[in-house]
Amino acid sequence: MAQFEKANSLHEWLDQRLAIDTLERVLAKEYWIPKNINFLWAMGMVLAFTFGILLVSGIFLLMYYQPNVNLAFDSVNYTIMREVEFGWLWRHVHAVAASVVFLIIYIHMFTGIYYGSYKKGREMIWISGMLLFVTFSAEAFSGYMLPWGQMSYWAGMVITNLFSIGSLELNGLVEWIRGDYVPGQAFLDRFFMLHVLLLPLAILGLIGLHFGALRIPHVNNQDGEEIDFEAEAAKYKAGNKKEAKVIAFKPDFLSKDMFVLSVFLIFFFYLVFWHYSFAMDPINFDPADPMKTPPHIYPEWYFLWSYEILRPFPKDPGLVAFGIAQVIFFLIPFLDRSPNVAPASRRGKFNIWFWVMLVDVIVLTVMGKLPPEGIFSTIGLVATVVFFALWISLPFITKNEKAV
Amino acid sequence: MKELKILAVVVFFTLLTYWGVEPYAHSVMHKHVESKDFKYEDLKPLKKRGDAKRGAETFVNAGCTGCHGVQAANMPAPMDPISAAASFGVNPPDLSNAGALYDEKFLAALIKNPAHALKVEHKFTEGKQHPMPGFYGVGGDIEQEVADIVAYLKSISKNIEEITPKMAFEDACGRCHAVHYEKWTQIGEKPKFKHKKDELLFDAKVLDYQDYLTKYMGKLPPDLSMYIRSRGEHYISTFMEDPQALLPGTSMPRVGVNEEAAEKVIEYLQDSGDLKRDERDSVGVIVMFYLFVFAFLAYLWKQSIWKELH
Repeated sequence: MAQFEKANSLHEWLDQRLAIDTLERVLAKEYWIPKNINFLWAMGMVLAFTFGILLVSGIFLLMYYQPNVNLAFDSVNYTIMREVEFGWLWRHVHAVAASVVFLIIYIHMFTGIYYGSYKKGREMIWISGMLLFVTFSAEAFSGYMLPWGQMSYWAGMVITNLFSIGSLELNGLVEWIRGDYVPGQAFLDRFFMLHVLLLPLAILGLIGLHFGALRIPHVNNQDGEEIDFEAEAAKYKAGNKKEAKVIAFKPDFLSKDMFVLSVFLIFFFYLVFWHYSFAMDPINFDPADPMKTPPHIYPEWYFLWSYEILRPFPKDPGLVAFGIAQVIFFLIPFLDRSPNVAPASRRGKFNIWFWVMLVDVIVLTVMGKLPPEGIFSTIGLVATVVFFALWISLPFITKNEKAV
Repeated sequence: MKELKILAVVVFFTLLTYWGVEPYAHSVMHKHVESKDFKYEDLKPLKKRGDAKRGAETFVNAGCTGCHGVQAANMPAPMDPISAAASFGVNPPDLSNAGALYDEKFLAALIKNPAHALKVEHKFTEGKQHPMPGFYGVGGDIEQEVADIVAYLKSISKNIEEITPKMAFEDACGRCHAVHYEKWTQIGEKPKFKHKKDELLFDAKVLDYQDYLTKYMGKLPPDLSMYIRSRGEHYISTFMEDPQALLPGTSMPRVGVNEEAAEKVIEYLQDSGDLKRDERDSVGVIVMFYLFVFAFLAYLWKQSIWKELH
């Protein structure tokens, strides 16, 4: 057993037992971040904070929510929205945060793609991030079931139907997932469990992995410059902060994060109080009715691009395309064959690839919401073909890229 | 400066996506009907000046009280709601405040030809009759007689200012639509019962009424508790004004309310489905104030730290 001397303060007492000074030094004060970054580098912090908002608001909602097909709708819309003090606030915060978190995830992802932050040792950052994206998607979908409105019910029906895998007709699998022939009590119970326990646990673990994956390759910077972190850190510690190419996580990076976060929160709470409809579909304020299919069934906006990839094809090819679209972003570190870590603007053809991909995903998103008729179907089909053409072309256009 | 340019790019693509999936997509998916300000221009204006006193006599002579109660004039409803629904499909309204809630052109047209004024003629073809018979006059000038009845209804009615949102809703919508968040059923507000048996008896009456109503309307008119969130103010308002414009062929009749009454109905539905709207606004202002102070302090902190770094 180690020797313990009498501590002179609570801080010292804790430090003797938990090494809090060392922890702070390793995790914050001497955790080095490149100086050459812009506000997009704060999206990680914004995401972590938004996840915190979701967690806290979710805990409050959990105290009144009833996972029962007869009570769920009213427990949300009557009990939480009318009876519970500030219940409406937690509900709007939770719903808007669930939507906005995806906006930030997409910004975070496209930032990573633009600056090539998935290459040369940063592959695991990208992959763990994509795992987070998938887990967040499952979390969002399971949460969407809980108010048991018309969209909950019918989106649940449509999405679980996908698991019959087209002509394979794996109806047994669909029933196994639902726990019933159609979405019902068993279905609601298991999605409730997934939403409040299993998936949040997975997310917490993956966030740990994602942060851990950053430590060895370090955070990328605006020019993709390879930085000798030890040499630069030495400059910083010697007091030569102006010349050092690195900054400390605390307080340097944190101070910038907090400012970006504060701007984000202004935007976020503006949505919560005055512009929330985009995050709470009107149709879901009709209670679930198995006898009445809504005229338009569509997922939340953040799933629309992949939903649209499903739609223009016949059943089986559509499912294959959908399946590929779900995982293809995982592969970008391996499909991008160029050794350049640089912003897309300096990478010639890849620059075009990036902007076409961004616009294409937005076009798919919009078409995914519109009814699949006439010109919208055609545009959706073209955008889907472009989506796959881009992925197929990626290795070829990056293979002979000039070194920058 | 460079950061602002990057921000502009991010904001641009975010707004583009938002515009596509929200305003644009919804404009394609949902038919938009402009309000006609509850003018009912398809109906003819009254040609004669009505006389309330003569109207009171005509009202009784025309047989209105055979089906309608007028509490304001101490005339109780001739039947309880369940028996009335058994006979007519729906409980005929008490007419105490009809003069304040409904447009006078609409009332006059309704008296003469209910199915036409209510825009439900498509339901009463092949010999089927609207449960309310049209008024063919009691011997004099029919235009004058109708104007007299309308004048009478106006004379006994409360002023529109005295009518609460709840009264407006119950009169205009509440005999077909329940609002269980406000404890409203088609036969009245559900009281608190001491004994379970009394509650079950009340519920059974509601179910009986709903059965008759379902038979009459084709399906049970929906509970409107959350309609302010599921349909929105504009949809409800224009739907009340002319259901056929938004849902051709629907069995819901035109309600005929005037603009003030429509606003009261909307307010009632807001109280049901969006009760905390005022609190939302006031809390919102406080939170925004806090966040602007927070952002300002965060900016100062950032500047003080980064001035040593550049």
